[in-house]
Amino acid sequence: MSKTREIKAVVVGASAGGLYALKKLLPALPASFPCAMLIVQHMSPHSDNYMVRMLNELSSITVKEADEKEPIQPGTVYIAPPDYHLLVEADYTLSLSVEEKVNYSRPSIDVLFETAADVYGKHLMGIILTGANTDGANGLYAVKKNGGFTIVQDPNDAESPAMPRAAIERIMPHKILTLKQISALLSKAETCF
Amino acid sequence: MSVMEERDVSNTENIELELLLQAIFLQYGYDFRDYSRAHVKRRVKHRLMQEGLKSISELQNKILHNKESFEKIVRDLSINVTEMFRNPPFYKSIREKVIPVLKTYPFLKIWHAGCATGEEVYSFAIMLKEEGLLERTQIYATDFNSHVIHKAQKGIFSIRNIKEYTANYQKAGGKESFSDYYHANDELVIFDKNLNRNIVFAEHNLVTDSVFAEVNMIVCRNVLIYFNRDLQNNVLKLLHKSLIAGGFLALGTKESLLFSDEERKYKVIDAKQKIFKKKYE
Repeated sequence: MSKTREIKAVVVGASAGGLYALKKLLPALPASFPCAMLIVQHMSPHSDNYMVRMLNELSSITVKEADEKEPIQPGTVYIAPPDYHLLVEADYTLSLSVEEKVNYSRPSIDVLFETAADVYGKHLMGIILTGANTDGANGLYAVKKNGGFTIVQDPNDAESPAMPRAAIERIMPHKILTLKQISALLSKAETCF
Repeated sequence: MSVMEERDVSNTENIELELLLQAIFLQYGYDFRDYSRAHVKRRVKHRLMQEGLKSISELQNKILHNKESFEKIVRDLSINVTEMFRNPPFYKSIREKVIPVLKTYPFLKIWHAGCATGEEVYSFAIMLKEEGLLERTQIYATDFNSHVIHKAQKGIFSIRNIKEYTANYQKAGGKESFSDYYHANDELVIFDKNLNRNIVFAEHNLVTDSVFAEVNMIVCRNVLIYFNRDLQNNVLKLLHKSLIAGGFLALGTKESLLFSDEERKYKVIDAKQKIFKKKYE
């Protein structure tokens, strides 16, 4: 990664197998993690916030469900609420929407990634993790097109390889890494890269 | 295209978007300028793709000179995704915590603000009927999109989701058999005309129109999330003015009075389901 790039936010998309992956990834982040992290994990519209509470318990940085109009803070992980799309506004606040499903999903990874790419440009890192559909491929394309840094979990390392494969087919990401390597990369971040 | 140029494109787009919203307001009086911008931008770009146009400026030109194009963008910008008994625990909470209070009034007015195609209005009507309140309730169902209001008025919905709606109805504390309320054919379900006898469907824009009635309860779910903070505060003021003292306000699961100027004017009835009660001054 070039020295001049300063990552301000990391967007993460995960679907089938994602909970397991996030349980590895988030606890690896140091309390001093300097970026904001925004996550779409596909889930049932009727889920409660058990996942968020559990991930928060396991992690040393704050993990919370995203609230509408909430200012995005560094060192905080925001997870899209069930049945709402999560969007990033130009003033670095979050907004939510119940518009149509995208790629049969609400929340959709594409919606988060595209709006974040628009706002953060080259200061964004996009990560596609395990999943059994193709959501996120267009989103990761938008991240790269706007100058952001792109990572896809190695399909051989993913519980469900379809989503990482779709992303790799759509664009050539900057890096294809195992979950362990992604954790290591993120946990070394002391000054936002 | 280099990265630098991509960022410039994005900035130009933001300027074009600002101008488009200004143009729509000046020409047609619909004000989307204080809507959440990321949402508006997505919808506008979706319209661009549909129309096969290259830039938002081209779309602006078309919208200014062609009313049909304007009507299309209005439909794009109004979110009409809704379902019957959406979020069943909400209805359960209304039954338990609000209905007993509403029963103490001899006559009721309930306003569904931003009702879209009306699925939630019919859900409420069914609940009110089961609680013996429908006969003495006047329901106002409003939206700024005239197209969806006409649809809501008909009370005809696709049969595709009826299984899900039936499950929602049961989880929401439904007391009868859901199929008693509609007739179905292969494609459609047609709701009992008795349900909408006391419903007035009307066009009303929360952004530009004012108070039109004083009501006992307002249901305004997943509408405020599309507005920026200033507009949210203005609309919340309008809703507060439209409620009688002791009246109820129901918002969407992820909407809140927290941080709004109106917070102190309400008592929390159900923090999770976002049900509030207007305080007596």
